[in-house]
Amino acid sequence: MKKVLSPPLASAAAGIAAPSLVAQDHTLPASWRDFFDLTKPGVISLVVFTGLCGLLAAPDHIHPVLAFTAILCIAMGAAGAAALNQWWEADLDAGMKRTAKRPLPAGRMDKISARDFGVGLSAGSVLMMGLAIGWLAAAILAVSIFYYAVVYTIWLKPRTPQNIVIGGGAGAFPPLIGWVAATGHISVMPIVLFAIIFMWTPPHFWALALFVQSDYAKVGIPMMPVVAGEASTRKQILAYAAVLLLTSLVPWAIGGTGAIYGISAAVLSGVFLLLSVRVGLRRKTGDDDTMKPEKQLFAYSIIYLFALFTALVADRLIPGAGAMA
Amino acid sequence: MTDPIDPEVQRKQVIAQRNKALALALAGLVILFFLITLVRVRA
Repeated sequence: MKKVLSPPLASAAAGIAAPSLVAQDHTLPASWRDFFDLTKPGVISLVVFTGLCGLLAAPDHIHPVLAFTAILCIAMGAAGAAALNQWWEADLDAGMKRTAKRPLPAGRMDKISARDFGVGLSAGSVLMMGLAIGWLAAAILAVSIFYYAVVYTIWLKPRTPQNIVIGGGAGAFPPLIGWVAATGHISVMPIVLFAIIFMWTPPHFWALALFVQSDYAKVGIPMMPVVAGEASTRKQILAYAAVLLLTSLVPWAIGGTGAIYGISAAVLSGVFLLLSVRVGLRRKTGDDDTMKPEKQLFAYSIIYLFALFTALVADRLIPGAGAMA
Repeated sequence: MTDPIDPEVQRKQVIAQRNKALALALAGLVILFFLITLVRVRA
């Protein structure tokens, strides 16, 4: 029998009793599917997509083999960071309905395997990026992994309701890494792309947190709706959506993109703001409230990011559509 | 009524599948390193 111990910081920092320990029989070794699940494949698809868009939108071109390698490294780094996140949060995941079936809380994998898998993938991705692509891209990848696995997961998430705001930087790195992999240097455009995802993250996660807040409260994670309350969270979602609208238009305003991106960003961010207004101005009506506007905003926020970055690449690849800075 | 699967047999199946997945991943990396070397040498 193996026990998964509680992360020492999470509930202590929140002043809430620690979740019960996960104690499971490991009659079978973890399967390859469990290792695959440990990488959070859904999140990786978004990471890979934004990284690829950063790479394709860059003004310089690299060989397709090197481009594939860069994207693979970004995916491996994200997978490693996700595995380390789940290793650290196994007990918290066990206490939440949404995450209780993950390999660690469900008892299908031991913690040491998860940790070693995460460290191996993380180190391997940085090394391969450095050797095959360049050490600047590798350094940014290393920072992004450290940011997610340590700064966000271990330090910020259990301590402050601003965890999503500051931790959002971790998810904002992929287009920056993709761009640097293609060009070898940092310029204004990839920093703006970073800023767009940075501003997108709070309304995206807080919309989710609004309809799963009882889960977060149960395990002592100080998410904004739990600590500051629903009303404050709704106002902040609205504020970030407004800032996101302005930020998303910066690439077009500075002449980094053409009309395809500019019009797409205005429409997509406008709809994002409208959905955020619906969420921002309403109040939960009771326990039977289905939280439909919040769920719609969360679902749209994912579509939004895919569509916005698709427009960015289309703007770059369609001849005569625009010029990149 | 079917017989329950022997846990030892099931354990070996899981390990064999894991080994296959690992071998595929490693083979993929070897091919990728070969291609990267070709691209770098020609550049």
